[in-house]
Amino acid sequence: MLVDSPPEQRAETAPAPPTRRVIRGLGLLVSLVILVLVALASIAIGAKGLSPEQVWHGLFQDTGTYGDVVVDERLSRTILGLLAGAALGLSGAVLQALTRNPLADPGLLGINAGASAAVVTAITYCGVTSLTGYVWFAFLGAAAVGALVWFLGGSRGATPVRLALAGTAISAALYGYLQAVMITDDAALGRMRFWTVGSLSSATDSTILQVLPFLVVGTLLALGLARPLNAVAMGDDTAKALGANLNRTRALSMLAATVLSGAATAACGPIAFVGLMVPHVVRSFTGPDLRWILPYATILSPVLLLGADVIGRVVARPSELQVGIITALIGGPVFIFLVRRRRTAQL
Amino acid sequence: MKSNRVLRAPGGISLRLDVRAVTVVVVLVLAAFAASVVLIGTGDFPISAGDVVKTLAGNGNAGQEFIVNQLRLPRVLVGLLVGASLGLGGALFQAVTRNPLGSPDVLGLGQGATAGALVMIVLFSGSAAQVTVGALVGGLVTGLAIYLLAWKRGVHGYRLVLVGIGVSAIVTAVNGYLLAVSDIVDAARALVWMTGSLNGRDWDQVWPLLGLCAVLVPLVLVNARGLRMMEMGDDVSSALGVRVERVRALLMVAAVLLTATATAAAGPVSFVALTAPQLARRLTRSPGPNLLSSLCMGAALLVTADWASQRAFGADQLPVGVVTGVLGGVYLLWLLVTERRAGRI
Repeated sequence: MLVDSPPEQRAETAPAPPTRRVIRGLGLLVSLVILVLVALASIAIGAKGLSPEQVWHGLFQDTGTYGDVVVDERLSRTILGLLAGAALGLSGAVLQALTRNPLADPGLLGINAGASAAVVTAITYCGVTSLTGYVWFAFLGAAAVGALVWFLGGSRGATPVRLALAGTAISAALYGYLQAVMITDDAALGRMRFWTVGSLSSATDSTILQVLPFLVVGTLLALGLARPLNAVAMGDDTAKALGANLNRTRALSMLAATVLSGAATAACGPIAFVGLMVPHVVRSFTGPDLRWILPYATILSPVLLLGADVIGRVVARPSELQVGIITALIGGPVFIFLVRRRRTAQL
Repeated sequence: MKSNRVLRAPGGISLRLDVRAVTVVVVLVLAAFAASVVLIGTGDFPISAGDVVKTLAGNGNAGQEFIVNQLRLPRVLVGLLVGASLGLGGALFQAVTRNPLGSPDVLGLGQGATAGALVMIVLFSGSAAQVTVGALVGGLVTGLAIYLLAWKRGVHGYRLVLVGIGVSAIVTAVNGYLLAVSDIVDAARALVWMTGSLNGRDWDQVWPLLGLCAVLVPLVLVNARGLRMMEMGDDVSSALGVRVERVRALLMVAAVLLTATATAAAGPVSFVALTAPQLARRLTRSPGPNLLSSLCMGAALLVTADWASQRAFGADQLPVGVVTGVLGGVYLLWLLVTERRAGRI
């Protein structure tokens, strides 16, 4: 008996690869269903609750009734949440793989702060008002901070502490700059104090159309990087031995992460922790293979972001809490939990 | 260059002095005093440096005496004390976390104090005194939370840093919420407070700060010996007879108290706690926590920054926190680059 039991256990815990692939594929479908449900909830729930019939009516037989107007309003918000959530989650997953650091997140590494500072500069000093105009500034800021943090802490022998500290310190400096701008300019304070928290409430169809191209390109690029990033995860030497082009992968990953988080920040303001949490949750049931992690993160991150947005609308009814606040309130404790876990400390 | 002098007193008591460190402390004290005199003389009614010194010594005319003693001296004293507290608190934190970036403002103490103050400003429209108390409570609670959350059979530097970053993110979210729900008048008031300002400080703010510094500074300096040992790592210092957790807890409490009080008095003046110990370390060129020189450096730095903000932008246009923020940001970049090259971060 004793001799026989280990192989049996192994067979139970590790099913044959084809079965696992089917299960993961089904899981992806289930995630998709969850996403659709959350998206519908995001349309139905708010200051004015809508019944499922009203949502259906508004989505497919729009005749301009009161309910239809509400659905229209919330639809653009929901779509922006879907896009931005996917972008932030993917960007976090790519950054975690790229830096081989379980605590990487566009918010924690200061990339969102870089984009914010650039956007505020563009609006206040360069007179840029359209999203299409300042999204480029957002990219510039995100790329600059990304490169800086990478150079400072990420390139060789990065530890989670080093990267997180570099990112936090740079964010602190940039938020100080934002504060200085807001203090000297009352108009900027009025506009910016909502945006700098991170919110989906300003979403309109034109916002979505303006960031959509960047998000689509970024998403496709990131999804395409799954295989080379798998090689990077094995360490520089092994990856080279496997024939991976490390520098190209790194540059493309950085580009994808920058475009994704820059566009998301330009549209909704800096939202932290989505990119941190979702890849961890996903990894716990897919294992380390990025070909699974990235699609799952794309689908499940919007679930988190939209869920947080719905919570923000419910808890402070009839007013609402910005989604960036909710994600930080959920994400902060998760981050601390990850830090306290032993395995993270050893990485 | 490195010269240590040993002072021997009769009865076998001896004291080793690092000449360079002592010189640095003396120079910084003089610099802080000079900056204070210039700052007192600066304003809508300029007073020459000689007159300021004369008035401080008690020999000025009535008008000068009123302006110096009632209006400008408290502000400068608050600046000196806040700078000193932040410098010392920063040095302690950096020594305990064993990381040049592990300063209280990066770890969320500043944000915690801000949250306390914002609650008072936004939710209760509190008076200045209530805001101060709120900030103090906020800072202390945050410090306690960070310490407890980082506790896991002892507190390690890296865990303290990362937990601090997490707590800081949570508290920043709370602050953002408070700022967003406030009406625009409260928001503007909150924002000025959040940037850190020395405007309109009077004797009421001086006494609590002075009292706290009088208790905590000697306490910290007496325990600094253990801290120096702890830089070699917990195991080595335990073996050398330092009660690591006790010293660490004591110094953390002292550092949190210093930072929270300073923040309550002047708002979260950014980057003084980060830069002062690093600058002091570079001047003394000695290892160890450099507590006394960090303290003097913080005081000199903050008063100089306040003077610079008044000179550059006109009286009370920009709070001093903006100046320290910008200078600190630039310095931070330089620090990150050089420390990275040396592989110390």
